[in-house]
Amino acid sequence: MAVPTTGDRVAAPLTWRVARLVERRVETPTAQTLMLEVPGWPGHRPGQHVDIRLTAADGYQAARSYSLAAPAEGERIAVTVQRVPDGEVSPYLTDTYAEGDPVEVRGPIGGWFVWRADETAPVLLVGGGSGVVPLMAMVRARREAGNRAPFRLIYSVRTPDDVFYAEELRRRTRDDQGLDVAYVYTRAAPEGWRGEPHRIGLADVNTHGWPPDLEPLCYVCGPTGFVEAVADLLVGLGHPTRRVKTERFGPTG
Amino acid sequence: MGIVSPGFQGRPRTAEPALPPGQYLTQDFPVLSAGPTPRVPLDTWEFVLTTETGAEYRWSWDELMGLPQETPHVDIHCVTHWSKLGTDWQGVSLDTLLDGVDTAARYALAHSYGGYTTNLPLDDLRGGRAWVAHTYDGGPLPAEHGGPARLLVPHLYFWKSAKWVRGIRLLTDDQPGFWETAGYHDYGDPWREQRYQGD
Ligand SMILES: Cc1cc2nc3c(=O)[nH]c(=O)nc-3n(C[C@H](O)[C@H](O)[C@H](O)COP(=O)(O)OP(=O)(O)OC[C@H]3O[C@@H](n4cnc5c(N)ncnc54)[C@H](O)[C@@H]3O)c2cc1C
Repeated sequence: MAVPTTGDRVAAPLTWRVARLVERRVETPTAQTLMLEVPGWPGHRPGQHVDIRLTAADGYQAARSYSLAAPAEGERIAVTVQRVPDGEVSPYLTDTYAEGDPVEVRGPIGGWFVWRADETAPVLLVGGGSGVVPLMAMVRARREAGNRAPFRLIYSVRTPDDVFYAEELRRRTRDDQGLDVAYVYTRAAPEGWRGEPHRIGLADVNTHGWPPDLEPLCYVCGPTGFVEAVADLLVGLGHPTRRVKTERFGPTG
Repeated sequence: MGIVSPGFQGRPRTAEPALPPGQYLTQDFPVLSAGPTPRVPLDTWEFVLTTETGAEYRWSWDELMGLPQETPHVDIHCVTHWSKLGTDWQGVSLDTLLDGVDTAARYALAHSYGGYTTNLPLDDLRGGRAWVAHTYDGGPLPAEHGGPARLLVPHLYFWKSAKWVRGIRLLTDDQPGFWETAGYHDYGDPWREQRYQGD
C-alpha cells in the first residue's frame, strides 16, 4: 500500500480522483457522515485525511481537508462533515451534495497524526467536536485489526445531542475490550452525568487519561484552542512532547 | 477545469486579488502544527547558523534585537488551502544573518525548538525573501504561531516558515524535513501548487 509516511518516502503523485456519494448518515442535526466511492482508492491509515475539491459550473474551485472517519471498505471511504455556519464547502457537503454526485478527492494525506495497528502502547485519544473523527478511525481500525492495546477516548462536546457516532460508541465500549470512553460536556450535560458542564481541564485529563509512566501515545484533535489547552495539560502532566500528536481543525476562534 | 459538482457555486466572489491556485482567503489566523506548543524563555533562546563545515554563528535574543530590523508586509499561503493577505511582521532578514557567513552550501535545513525541521534551497533564504520574525501585527509573536521567533518565507507554503525556529543548518545535499518525509513536497511553491510529493 503506497501511503506516504514518515520514514518511507514515496514520490508517486497524489492524483485527484472522482468520488461519488453512495450513502449519507446523519450523525447530529449539523453533522453527517458521507460514504464516498473512490475508484482506485489505495487504502489509508487511521488519522490520515483527504482533500475534497468542489468545482462550480463556472470553473471556480474550493478545496478543504477532511479526516477519514473509518478504515476503507474496498474503494469506499467515510468522512464526517460538521456544518460550519457561513462556510463555503461544509454546507454544500451537508445540504446540497446528493447521492451519485461527483466531488474530487485527493489522498490519503498525512503521515504523522496516524496510529499503526501493530502498536501495543496504550493510547489516549482526546477529541473536541468534529476532532473526534480521526480518533474514531483509530478506534475502528483497532477493532478491525484485532489489536488489544488499551484505548481511552476523552470526547468533549457541547451537549449530548452533539455526539458523533453515539450509538456505535455505546456498543463499542461494551464489546471492544479495553476501550473506555469518557465525555466532557461544555454546554449541557445529560441526566445523571456527574458534574457541571465545563471546558476540559486537568482533572478530566488526569482522571480519564493514562499516567505518563505507562508511556501512552496521545492524539489530540479539535479546534485550535481546545488542542492548545489539552496538549499543554498533557505536557504539564509529564507526557513527553514527542508522544503527544496533535491535529488542529478550523479557525483560531 | 475539474469535475463539476452540481449545485456548487462557491462563496459569492467579488473581484478578488490574485490568489495562488486552490487557495481561499481567510481573515483569521489558523494554527497548524504537529504537537504541543513549545514555550521558549527569551533568556535561554538562541538562534544558531551552522555551516556545512560545522562553523557556528550564534545570536542571543538581545543580539538578534540589536541587528537591523525589517518590517515585511506579505501574503502567506498555507498548504491546507487558506491564504492571508497583507500580514505585518517584524524581524531580521536572513541576508543580514548570512552576511559574512562563509559557505558553499546550496541547501538549508531549518530546525525548531520542539524538534520540527524543514528544508529549503539556500537561495530561497536570500535576496530579501526570508526573515527570522519575532513580531506579528505590532505585538510579540504568540507562541501558537511560533513565538518567540519563527522563520518567515512567504513565497513558499507556510510549513516552510518553521515556527519556534532555533537554527539553520547549511548543507551541500538536500535533506527533507519533518513534513517533507511525511509526503509533502520538497519545495512547496504555492503558485505551482506543490503540495505533496510528486506535484
Ligand atoms: C487536517 C484537517 C482535517 C479536518 N477534518 C475535518 C473533519 O473530519 N470534519 C470536519 O467537519 N472538518 C474537518 N476539518 C475542517 C475543514 O477542513 C473545514 O475547515 C471546515 O469544513 C470548514 O470549511 P467551510 O468551507 O465550510 O468553511 P469556510 O468557508 O472555510 O469558513 C467559514 C467560516 O467558518 C470558520 N471556520 C472554518 N473552519 C471551521 C471549523 N472547523 N469550525 C468552526 N468554524 C470554522 C472560518 O473561520 C470562517 O469564518 C479538517 C481540517 C483539517 C486541516
